[in-house]
Amino acid sequence: MGNTSRFGTAQFLFALSVGILVAVVAVPMLLIFFNAFWVNGHFNIADVIRVLRQGETYKALLNSLFLSSGVTVTGTLVGTFFAWLVTRTDLPFKRTMKLLFLVPFMLPAFIGALAWKMLLSPRAGYINRLFMDIFGFDGPIFDIYSYAGIILVETMYLFPFVFIQVSGALERMDPTLEESARISGADLFTITRKITIPLVLPSILSGALLIMLYSMAHFGTVAVLGAETGIYNIPTLIYEKIHQSAGSFDSIRTATVLATVLVIAAAFILWLQNRVLSQGRYQIIAGKSFRPSELKLRGWRVPMFVFCMFYIALTIVLPTATIFMVGGLKTYGLPFVSENMTWNNYKYILFEWDLTRDAIWNSVSLGLIAALVTMFAGVIISYVIVKMKVRGKGFLEFLGMLPFSVPGSVIALGVILAWSGKFGINLYNTVWIILVAYVARYMAFSLKANSAALEQVHDSLVEAARASGATMWQALKDIVIPLVRPGMMAAFFLIFLPALRELTVSVLLYGPTTRTIGVAIYTLNEDGETVYSAALAGIALVIIVTGEILIKRLVAGKNNG
Amino acid sequence: MADIHIAGVTKRYGEKNVLDTFSLEIRDGECFTLLGPSGCGKTVLLRLIAGFEPPDGGVIRIDGETVADPASGLHLPPDQRGLGMVFQDYAVWPHRDVYENVAYPLKLARTEPSVLRERTMRAIHLVGLEGLEKRLPSQLSGGQQQRVALARALVPEPRLLLLDEPLNNLDANLREEMRFEIKSLQKKLGVTILYITHDQEIALGISDRIAVMDEHGRLRQTGAPEEVYERPADDFIFRFLGVANLLPVRREGEALYVQGISAPWRGPVPDKAGDILTAGFRPSDVLLEHDNGDDSAGLPGVVCRASFLGAQMDYLIDIAGTLIRAALPAHECLNRNLLFVEGDACRVMLATAQWFEGEIANRGVL
Repeated sequence: MGNTSRFGTAQFLFALSVGILVAVVAVPMLLIFFNAFWVNGHFNIADVIRVLRQGETYKALLNSLFLSSGVTVTGTLVGTFFAWLVTRTDLPFKRTMKLLFLVPFMLPAFIGALAWKMLLSPRAGYINRLFMDIFGFDGPIFDIYSYAGIILVETMYLFPFVFIQVSGALERMDPTLEESARISGADLFTITRKITIPLVLPSILSGALLIMLYSMAHFGTVAVLGAETGIYNIPTLIYEKIHQSAGSFDSIRTATVLATVLVIAAAFILWLQNRVLSQGRYQIIAGKSFRPSELKLRGWRVPMFVFCMFYIALTIVLPTATIFMVGGLKTYGLPFVSENMTWNNYKYILFEWDLTRDAIWNSVSLGLIAALVTMFAGVIISYVIVKMKVRGKGFLEFLGMLPFSVPGSVIALGVILAWSGKFGINLYNTVWIILVAYVARYMAFSLKANSAALEQVHDSLVEAARASGATMWQALKDIVIPLVRPGMMAAFFLIFLPALRELTVSVLLYGPTTRTIGVAIYTLNEDGETVYSAALAGIALVIIVTGEILIKRLVAGKNNG
Repeated sequence: MADIHIAGVTKRYGEKNVLDTFSLEIRDGECFTLLGPSGCGKTVLLRLIAGFEPPDGGVIRIDGETVADPASGLHLPPDQRGLGMVFQDYAVWPHRDVYENVAYPLKLARTEPSVLRERTMRAIHLVGLEGLEKRLPSQLSGGQQQRVALARALVPEPRLLLLDEPLNNLDANLREEMRFEIKSLQKKLGVTILYITHDQEIALGISDRIAVMDEHGRLRQTGAPEEVYERPADDFIFRFLGVANLLPVRREGEALYVQGISAPWRGPVPDKAGDILTAGFRPSDVLLEHDNGDDSAGLPGVVCRASFLGAQMDYLIDIAGTLIRAALPAHECLNRNLLFVEGDACRVMLATAQWFEGEIANRGVL
């Protein structure tokens, strides 16, 4: 399109896109690989293996594998079961239940972990103390500082990945498939085993792989619950290496080797998921919704309902209430009676303490700027990838795929390597380094939302503008941008909301005055300031949930108008 | 208002030459149709003229001005070529209402507001959309969207109007209506129109001149519609322009014979030399009589299929192994008692025929 013989708009946009992706994604990644494999001026695989065989690295790798596998199994079971329950049975209040099961997606897992620590830590946990002090138990009924504890907590927050995929597939499945099996004489158990499960298997697997990907790269829960008993996974060990050893060469190398393993594992999982999805595109699961046949639960109807409510109360209401209650305690450990409660913690955090006020301000402004920058960069890059015919586009497409498979802690590490003065620019300990990392971290969301929107804009719409006398810039401004605005809005919120509660990236990058909300909650907890940590977590929950609701309203209003 | 000069234009996609040293002249103020099967490269040619893609070789001039000449690195972008274009899929901007769609070219040209309003309304009026100015494209029918696209292309009073199968997605009635409308607009405004289509009926109805392309992107014949229809240069064009009956005929001495029939040919006299010829004729060129055993009444045939289509009767007839289609006015069949049923014997005469050299198989008639 346009001028191919001169350096025109097309070439400019292409160069800009490549420039952005190289600076924020490719250079940090390359530096990680370089640091991992290049030792004393040589390419050295043997030394990478030596690092991997060191006790703590080896153990962290095993832990990551074990924990993420565990979470994947439990999360998939829980997600599939509830998905079936709300789509295929006559459970009461199914629509409401379905929404409730999605709530854990809104809540940051590390805040949940914090709550469970307050409830179930072996000595100080409220539930454990309740059983020991009042019912006379000898020891804690459950120790949350354990593999089982970590797996349980992560499961509570990650099962919606499977829940969403499977309930979607079950709703879109043509009921005549099951009905015809029934007419052929199969009983319900046989139908479920022979027809239903094979049909939704791709959705189950795809959701399970998402859980695995997320869990493997997850920092917060393991950091909160594992540190006490020395359970490290890859992201938490990277954090330890970077923070505790104050940037010694050896620890940075170990971190880069771990990061490399993480990237390879993530890329493998994404590849696997792609294959599962492309094989699983059965014609049988249509795009439209059917009214599926419902299993009558009969005598099980009420017990199942009670079970669901109990699950929701236990995994959503209890931890959330705990956060707010502990946040209102005069001192951590006191019983929840009115003379121990105070509003002062909240007041102090919101209006008096610089550390927490800075953190809120940092998170909000970082989230806004990162969302804006990434949204615009994403629209430009998607435009070049989806719409333009320029040489070297394949390279850009490859660069555009990178952010999808790079976990947060890897990005943070890469950004440290790239922007700590190596190229004459030192952003370390400033908010800018977090901003750069956020742009890299959330570029994938922006590319996804914007390219989906751009696919809808037919080429002839732009050509019609050109034929009407519009230059390429005018056509972009008058036709393309207005038409992809919904995609850009989606990208903005897909970035802004997660950025508000982000911990994995910023915990590796924060400096004395550049804590984010997530970092502040985490470090306050580490320092034993449990009540302040809980109070700030409570405030964060209010901000996050309000934001989610406002945006849902906004989007719903937009669609109806 | 503009002539187009296309000289030796070549366009490659990968290894494939879509257009190879293609040349064409379009005269000032005429409605010129480029007719060809899908995939023949006619849309590519249109895109080259519009400037959406550069040619790999050759020269394109509009109104004497060179707009594309890869040899000298010249490629005028589409917005500087002063043309209007209507796309196959309308390409009406969904986020702008009718008025905004039509006014956009004038806005880009920084037209004075009062003039802009007046000319926009005139264009909307011209295509019969007055009263719908505030509608969004999603609230319009396909035909109305098509008119918006047409008004938008016409409003800057371009020297050249490019139409890419603009009537394709319309139903039959609307297609006819729009065809007349485009024709009358062209007469009113005197704009040069280049119309791209694979629909021979539209092409014949709308054009001052037609060029027929084959599937390899070569120009086969250029001329007035009657000329191309009545005197096709070869059997490809004959077959492309309508339902084509082809009947091989062999010359023996002075007489002509159809394979398998002993009586000599009594139809139209060939204008071509050679011993093996093929007569090409349309279903409407066929005259039928009852079979009374008289060879002077025509070739003997058997009716294989008879369908009543309202205005006409459609027959499929077997002439000694060659199948042909015949279309007779229904009232004539009724008045002259020529209603045949399957299996009836008949006599076939031709009112007129095109002659082609060699034996050409009858394809795609049924």
